[in-house]
Amino acid sequence: MIHLTKLAKTFRRVRVLDGIDLDIALGERIALIGSNGAGKTTLIRCLLGEYTHDGEVSIAGLNPRRNRTAVLGNIGFVPQLPPPLKMPVGQLIDFSASLCGTDPQRIHTIARRLGLDVNAVNTRQFVRLSGGMKQKLLIAIALGRDAKVLVMDEPAANLDPEARKIFFDLLAERLDDATMIISSHRLDEVSALVNRVIEMDMGKIVLDDKVADNTPLTARLFCRIILKRFEPAFAKALDGWNFKSRDDDSVWEGEIAGPDRLRFLGIVSRYTALVSDLSLSESAA
Amino acid sequence: MNQLWLTAKLDIVESLRARWFQIYTLVFGGIVALLFVFGLTESRVLGFIGLSRLLVTYIQLTMAILPIFVLITTVRSVAGDREAGVFEYLLSLPVSLSAWFWGKIVGRYLVIFTPVFLAMLGATIWAAIQDIEVPWDMFGYYTALLAVMALCFLGIGMLISAIARSTDMAQGAAFMVWLTLLLFLDLILLGVMIQGKVAPEVAISLALINPLQVFRTAALALFDPQLIVLGPSAFVILDLFGATGYKIFALIYPAVLGLISATVGYLLFRRGDLP
Repeated sequence: MIHLTKLAKTFRRVRVLDGIDLDIALGERIALIGSNGAGKTTLIRCLLGEYTHDGEVSIAGLNPRRNRTAVLGNIGFVPQLPPPLKMPVGQLIDFSASLCGTDPQRIHTIARRLGLDVNAVNTRQFVRLSGGMKQKLLIAIALGRDAKVLVMDEPAANLDPEARKIFFDLLAERLDDATMIISSHRLDEVSALVNRVIEMDMGKIVLDDKVADNTPLTARLFCRIILKRFEPAFAKALDGWNFKSRDDDSVWEGEIAGPDRLRFLGIVSRYTALVSDLSLSESAA
Repeated sequence: MNQLWLTAKLDIVESLRARWFQIYTLVFGGIVALLFVFGLTESRVLGFIGLSRLLVTYIQLTMAILPIFVLITTVRSVAGDREAGVFEYLLSLPVSLSAWFWGKIVGRYLVIFTPVFLAMLGATIWAAIQDIEVPWDMFGYYTALLAVMALCFLGIGMLISAIARSTDMAQGAAFMVWLTLLLFLDLILLGVMIQGKVAPEVAISLALINPLQVFRTAALALFDPQLIVLGPSAFVILDLFGATGYKIFALIYPAVLGLISATVGYLLFRRGDLP
């Protein structure tokens, strides 16, 4: 699906991508990880045909620079930082849908599933939306069409746990017909979403590994936590994950998305001293 | 074509919500309002009275303000959008680079020309209501002159935006271009000529390739057909072009200059990194 051959990019004598060779097949879900300046964003921009470069990039046999509309018509992109667009939400949706040849209602539907009522913010400027709302809308625009490749830069960073669950469900619906490249500088953010990890450093691929793919994206985990004592900060964190408490706030129960378990445990780990019992059990989707 | 209009529409909506556009509209609307308030339609200077006097003053003021306004706002918004990541996102959508670039130019052109034209049209309508005689031939030519002026400086602004990689650089370059054009206006050229530092042919050639001077001379020609205020240079201009020929030259040359600048800008934009 995607072939990179000796891809190199230099900015003012600084080599940001250093001869990358990579093949990505249809249906693969790639975590593109690496520290700041590793070359992830440059690689993505080369894939999107936005940067000139040495070497070759081809997506479904076409060069994204020379065949922009044909290639980009099949790519859904979610940037790390939402662009400061002053246009109203409705116009952004109509503009994207017209260019991509999709029905704006598809975008509305996905946004609604993510918890964003487009009709309520239709006339509001995009730049005036909250960070989470912007992210939901950009995801809805990327997923609201028949894209064969999804390129997402920290896509779930601004989403609340509920929206993250739905986001994972939406990705699960595209597993068979789309290739996904999810960029992040933290593996725990995306590990459960992917089946292959590519780590970049100094413009080179330093790790290319498969990931055990046992937990489906739609999996749900029932979680029960018993606390030694009540701690308001921890209670607030659990409340953010929609956990409910009982027995004078000493027992907390809730459901988390399977792909989110590492992230969830990361948060719980900050309060390890308070936890007397913790159980996670997989429940049917 | 659909992609081009979509991009143009997008740029229009973005511009209408930008602060620079509100100030821009206020400036040109304000100029016309002030000219009425100060009773310019009743004053008589050089035999000009009524709306023609107002139009002459308006076009002179517009020539001073519009070029720098168009240059700075164009480079600021285009280079600013690139820096802020707007290009990264919008150019990830399946829009061709030609539709994007020329669509931006079309949208921006409508946004910068419309307020200037509407202000003049408003003055004309008001004059017609007040039974003040409207010099339609002058109105028509000034409209064409404003349209060409907007196109010329928009093209130059888009070229600068394509070359400069940051907002600061783009703004600095736009300002330098404007200063250079100011430097080669008739009064300065005249001074240099008097001092004998350049040959008259060079000074007149410089004046003829300077779009600011071309507009200035064309605007003067409407109320001073013999171009007496320009002194001996007028002979060269009138011998070379004739009165009508110069009026046509003043429309065609800046338009071609703007289009060539925009085309070079497009070729550079297409060749380089987009965001």
